[in-house]
Amino acid sequence: MKRTKQEAINFAVFRLPALSVNEGVARAAVAAFCAQMAPTATELSDIKCAVSEAVTNCVVHAYRERAGHFTVTVLLFPDRRVRIAVRDRGCGIPDVKKAREPLFTTDAAGERSGMGFTVMESFMDKLTVRSVPGRGTLVVMEKQFGGGAKRT
Amino acid sequence: MIHTDYHWEIREREGLLVVRLAGEIDHHNAVRLRGDVDELLLGKRPRRLVLDLSRVDFMDSAGVGFLMGRYRLMQELGGVLAVKSPTPRVEKMLRLCGMERFMEIETDRKETER
Repeated sequence: MKRTKQEAINFAVFRLPALSVNEGVARAAVAAFCAQMAPTATELSDIKCAVSEAVTNCVVHAYRERAGHFTVTVLLFPDRRVRIAVRDRGCGIPDVKKAREPLFTTDAAGERSGMGFTVMESFMDKLTVRSVPGRGTLVVMEKQFGGGAKRT
Repeated sequence: MIHTDYHWEIREREGLLVVRLAGEIDHHNAVRLRGDVDELLLGKRPRRLVLDLSRVDFMDSAGVGFLMGRYRLMQELGGVLAVKSPTPRVEKMLRLCGMERFMEIETDRKETER
């Protein structure tokens, strides 16, 4: 099926300080916004996990637990697709390919599992990571909810 | 509803310590939870620690990091760690991260259903 570029039917932007308490706030806010697409409980849970991973990266790595902000943008498309972008203006990732490898972590002492990007990749359909050292990181994830465009 | 807190209760008998966790285990909660659980472990030094996850309704990879940390501590103390009754969603996270290689995962399902 040919996919033409679609306009979002609804969107939300959340900007939050990079505080660990906002990990839960961000995933709950995204889940609440996505609820209008009537996702299954599993789809919603997958999204919550993926958002939690992306936001935790902002808190732990981008700003190294110092002050900063992150922005979560959620776009809903008519074919029941959701796109979630998480952006920070933190330290950036020097080697994105390496960072995406399972079990990779720069913080061995901090009890990190090194599975953040693997979780995002596994629980979402698509993941892109763009990062510039010293400038910040943009993580974009997409997921297609089941049932296609028929269910509105 | 936003709730990112956790609570717990413990049962203890002859070297066995069962800690039932409830709530959400993410990076935010794991930091405090780690301190609480380790204080308990170092005080009681159980031979077997069972973390009952039946009431944990959210866990991300930071929760997995928390479990790995407790696995290592239990090894240092000469004991073992097992997790019990994760919900299917939490179990999905545990298996994605290969936790079954390090700790017993007791599910409520029969083996044949797997």
